[in-house]
Formats: sequence, C-alpha cells, structure tokens
Amino acid sequence: MATYDGIFRALGLENWCSDGATGGPLTMAEMIARANGTVVEGAPAPRPPLMETPFPSLDALHKACGAIPRSRDMTEAVEQGFLDIKNPLKVVLDPLTQPLSWMLDFSLEAFEATPWFLMIPLLMILTWFATRKPGVTLFVGLAFAFMGFIDYYDDAIQTLSIVFVCTIICVVLGVPIGIAMSRSNALQRGMIPVLDMLQTLPTFVYLIPLIFLFSVTESKLYGIAIILYAIVPVIRLTDLGIRLVDRDVIEAADAFGMSSRQKLWGVQVPLALPNIMAGINQTIMMSLAMVVIASLVSAPGLGVKVLAGIRNLELGVGLVAGFCIVLLAVLLDRSTKAALSRIDASAR
Amino acid sequence: MTDTDTPEVKVSIRNLYKIFGPEAEAMMAYVRDGMGKAELLEEHNHVLGLQDINVDVRAGRITVIMGLSGSGKSTLIRHLNRLIDPTAGEVIVNGEDVLAYNGARLAQLRQNTMSMVFQKFALFPHHTVLRNAGMSRRIRGESANVADREGQKWLERVGLAGYEDYYPGQLSGGMQQRVGIARALSSDSEIMLMDEAFSALDPLIRTDMQDLLIELQRELQKTIVFITHDLDEALKLADHLVILKDGAIVQQGEPQEILLHPNDPYIIDFIADINRARVLRVASVMEKTTREGSGLAGEVDAGQNLESVIALSEGDTNLHYRVMRDGRQVGLLHMRDLVRALVPVEAADPARRVA
Repeated sequence: MATYDGIFRALGLENWCSDGATGGPLTMAEMIARANGTVVEGAPAPRPPLMETPFPSLDALHKACGAIPRSRDMTEAVEQGFLDIKNPLKVVLDPLTQPLSWMLDFSLEAFEATPWFLMIPLLMILTWFATRKPGVTLFVGLAFAFMGFIDYYDDAIQTLSIVFVCTIICVVLGVPIGIAMSRSNALQRGMIPVLDMLQTLPTFVYLIPLIFLFSVTESKLYGIAIILYAIVPVIRLTDLGIRLVDRDVIEAADAFGMSSRQKLWGVQVPLALPNIMAGINQTIMMSLAMVVIASLVSAPGLGVKVLAGIRNLELGVGLVAGFCIVLLAVLLDRSTKAALSRIDASAR
Repeated sequence: MTDTDTPEVKVSIRNLYKIFGPEAEAMMAYVRDGMGKAELLEEHNHVLGLQDINVDVRAGRITVIMGLSGSGKSTLIRHLNRLIDPTAGEVIVNGEDVLAYNGARLAQLRQNTMSMVFQKFALFPHHTVLRNAGMSRRIRGESANVADREGQKWLERVGLAGYEDYYPGQLSGGMQQRVGIARALSSDSEIMLMDEAFSALDPLIRTDMQDLLIELQRELQKTIVFITHDLDEALKLADHLVILKDGAIVQQGEPQEILLHPNDPYIIDFIADINRARVLRVASVMEKTTREGSGLAGEVDAGQNLESVIALSEGDTNLHYRVMRDGRQVGLLHMRDLVRALVPVEAADPARRVA
C-alpha cells in the first residue's frame, strides 16, 4: 500500500497503472535498502503517519502506479537521449574542434621544447613590451626561476601553454560575439542567460558531457571545457565596453558621416579597449582556475600535481603545486593589469 | 535686411513635426487637428517635440535658433543632418530633399556639406588634436597628408598652433572647443551646425569664442545654424533669429526687429532684462530718409550701437544725427526716438506693443 494509491483510484486510472511496466532498474533507495537487507519484497508497507507523508515525487507515485516512471528511469532517459544525439553531434563537432587539439598539442610541444634558458628571458621580454614596468618584468623572471629551482618548472610551463592557447581562442571568439551583442539588443537578451549559465554551472558539470563526446586522450576535451568557462568575461566586457562609449562621441562620428565599420574600428573598439582588456584579464584568471580542474580529464600541468596531492594524500606536493598556481595567477594578473593601465593612459 | 541683398536659401525646413513615442505616425492626425503638447502627453503618452517648424536658412548668414531647455532646439538642429528623422515635414538642402536620401547619399551630405560642433565637444579622446582636426578628411578617405595639412591649417587659424600632439583630455574646455571648430572647418563644408557650441564654456572664454566665430565668419561666409539658450549670445551672433518655445516657433526675424517689436508675451519676458542700449543699433531706430535734415549735431554709423551714440551726445535728447553707411546717408537719428527705443516693450504704450 503506497501513500498515493487513493488518488489514482479516485481518478479511475487503476487499469492504466497496472498496465505500466514495473520492471526497470532499481531506484537508488531500493538499492540502498537491499544492500542493508531491510526490505521484504511483496510485504505490504505499513501506512506512514501523516507527518511523514512523502512528497509526490516520481518514486513515491511509482509505488502507487506502475505506469509512472521512477527518478532513475528519468536520469536513464536523459543519458539515453544524450547517447542518441552523441554520434550525430560528434560528426559535426569533431572536425570543428579538431584544430583546437592541434593547437593545444603544438603549443605544448613548443613550450616544452624551448629550453628554460631561452624561455625565461623570452617571457621577461614579452612582459617588458606589454607592461614597460621593470618591477613586473623582474617578478616574472624570479617566479619562473623559483619554480624551476623547486622542479615545478615543467608543470608550470605546461599550464601556461594551455592558458595561452585558450585565452587566444577566447579572445578570437569572444570579442566578435561581444561586438555583435553590443549592436543588437535582441542578441544581447538571448546571450545573457547563456552566459549566466556558463558562469554558474559547476565546473565539474562541464566535463560530464564532454567526456561522453570526446575521448579523454584528446586535448580538445579540456580545451573546450576551459574555453566555455573562461570566454564569458571577455564577451560580457566587450559588450559592456562598446555600449559604454560616450554617446556624444558616437553622435559626432555619425554627424561627420562615418560608416558603421569606420565607427566600430575607429571609435567604438578603441574606446572600449580598456574594458575589453579587463575582460581578457578575467578570462586568463578563469582559464587558470579551470585548467586545474581540467587535470581530472588529463590536462597536463600543475593541476596534475594538485590532483596527485589529493589522490595519494601527498600533502606537500599538493600544497607546493597550489602555491605555484597562485604564483602563476599573480604574475599573469600583474602583467595584464600593467598592460591595461598602459592602454588606459594612452586612451586619454 | 532689404530684398535686394537677400541671399539664396541654403536650407529650408518645411512644416516639420517631430513626435516622440512608439506610435508617432498615428499621433500626427491628432496634432494636425490642433492637439497641444500637454494634451498629447496626457491622453496618448507621446511627446510633441517639434510642431510646424518653417525656417529658411540663408547662405552666408548665421541663423540662431534660441529657446530654453526642452524647447526642442537641439532636436531641430539634428533634423538638418538627419541624426533624428522627422515624423512629418521636409528638410531641403541646396534644393534637394534630405529625407529622400539613402544611406550613402546621407553619409556624403554629412561628410561634405554639413559639419557639426557639439556642446560637449565630442572629440575623439584616443586621437591627437591634429588627428581630430583632420578627422573629417580622413573619414572621406582623403590621404593622411591632406588631412594633417588641413587640420594643421585650421588649428593655426583657431589659435591652437603648438598643441597638435596633445590629446583632447589634456586641453581646457575652451581649447577643446577650438579643436571642435577646427574639425568642423577642415571638412570645408558650406553649412556648419553649432549645437550650443559655447554653452559649456565659462563666460570670458565664451565671449572669446563668439568673437572668434564672428571673425571667422566675416572671412569665410559659411552658412551657420547656431543653437543657444543665451539671449545675449543670440543677439550678438544672429543675422536671423528664431525663437522656439515648447517645440514651436514663437517669432523669427531680424534680431533688432524682434527686440523692437516682440509679438509674444514670452519674448517680452525674455528680452526684459537685456541691455537694450548695447544691443540695438542705430539703423533699427533711425528714420529712413535721404532728406538733408537741419540742425544736425554730427554723423553716426548705421551699425553703431545706441550706447555709443548716447555717449557721443552726452545725454542731450534734443540732438539729431545723420546716419551713414558706406559713406552714404541712409537716414536721420533723432535722439528722442533713441531714448524711446530704450524703454522695454512691456512699459510702452499698447499701440507699440502690437506693432
């Protein structure tokens, strides 16, 4: 006797219910109960007291009426649905995303093949040209030297390589999307929920459909996860930056007969650049955060060390790797912020 | 203004209406039936921005459109280069209906025929002063050399030589607006739209800029449409003055004429506080005649203001002067008429008031 028997009887649905299949996989509750050996199958369950009336959930209703699917049937269906679209999706997505794998692998090889005594000065030179700040440049050099000294240089450079590729792709995709959003209110209305979802979805959840779609040995698997997660700020801030450009200046551009392309590249994008750069800074930070989680799906780098720390309870390895990630984050943040303030200064 | 030296009409605004709101077109019927601004807002929630505007802008003259904030003057000027499209009416520039223009033709109009100066300067903050000044040339696709040469030339003309490599943010308001004027001038357009161009500047600099504009205008003879809320500025610059209130024209004409014969209580209030002796000119109060006259105390110029004549006469109201223009007599000035003209209209007798 289940709680909701009476309802189905009252609605005259008894026949429909008893026609329904009662097989299917066990519910989670049943599995637990069976494991504990508490359930005696077939025996009528005592009617629960009023205060313990279960919520009319799928499982509770299923007990009263076999035709109603159980919660596990539902998740099964989601899984089956996903498996059904997997192959057609793969046909489209695989070739589309294959270049990402190549880029990630190539960049990884290039970063690893460059010897440290070239790489560290190269990074310092790059920082110098972006920031023109001796302090930040020196910090970058020292940070990498330190990581080299404690033998975490290889992992750090792998992480850097992944962040590097993913950030470039985020900018290449995100800035045009942001520009399109700033020009169309309808697109903006449509995109904002998508961006909100991408940003709030727990990072592990990204990985689930991707594992189904691609094999774990492919680098694009973690590449896609990182890009999906990290692209949001650059899109948002490009859109915002362009919308925030002084209306008077836009009006002046119109009054002098600028074409919309002249206006976009000559006025809107340059004036939105500080905001776009702030978005890129955020994107770098977020891809760094994601690259650690992506080590669950075979992304190389410092994340692997952190993971090892958790898995094998190697406390020291995990903590030091974590510290190196912080170091990497700080130096990336400092360099991009310094570059940003240089752009800000020249924009006035 | 006599009929013989009236220049051609450069821009003509005909029966222009602008209604703001989602169903502006449908509202036109109500407005044509005589519904006023307040009623339209109350009953249909649409704002009547401009109603039945008719203005002829003459070539080589400064047409000043004056009104308080909310009178629709900035809306009106934006109709000339179609930054705003009207709900009904026509805007005719050089004989062509601007409203019939397609995108390309409109861009051409904005690039070549009309330039604009803005209240808040609206310079491009990421470009140098020189690049800003030559911007109109660059937009037209002319070479950097030409753009810089023209920009340089006009920067020098507005007194900003030496500031070419500064950024707009590094200049004071007055200097920024000089760049704005240089930018408009370097496009070499025949028509210049100036939207409260000097309103954001402090009074001394504003006077400087007005003098600069008058000086430039004497030399260049552009067709200028100037928007202002400042009566003194309007009277100083205007060849033709249009007074706007609640989106409608209250009175338009020669500024001296409006001052002497205001036809609306609104304008009477408006002009009550100004220094009439400084604004009114001899030509406006003289008796137009070529007869010799007797007992003349001397000669005055038709363009002189009354203040200077009072100083000349040392306050004696019994004197008479011969009024000269370009070495020929154009009239006689009786000091008694002069003094009468100084009395603001509201205090004068009703007969004058309706005149």
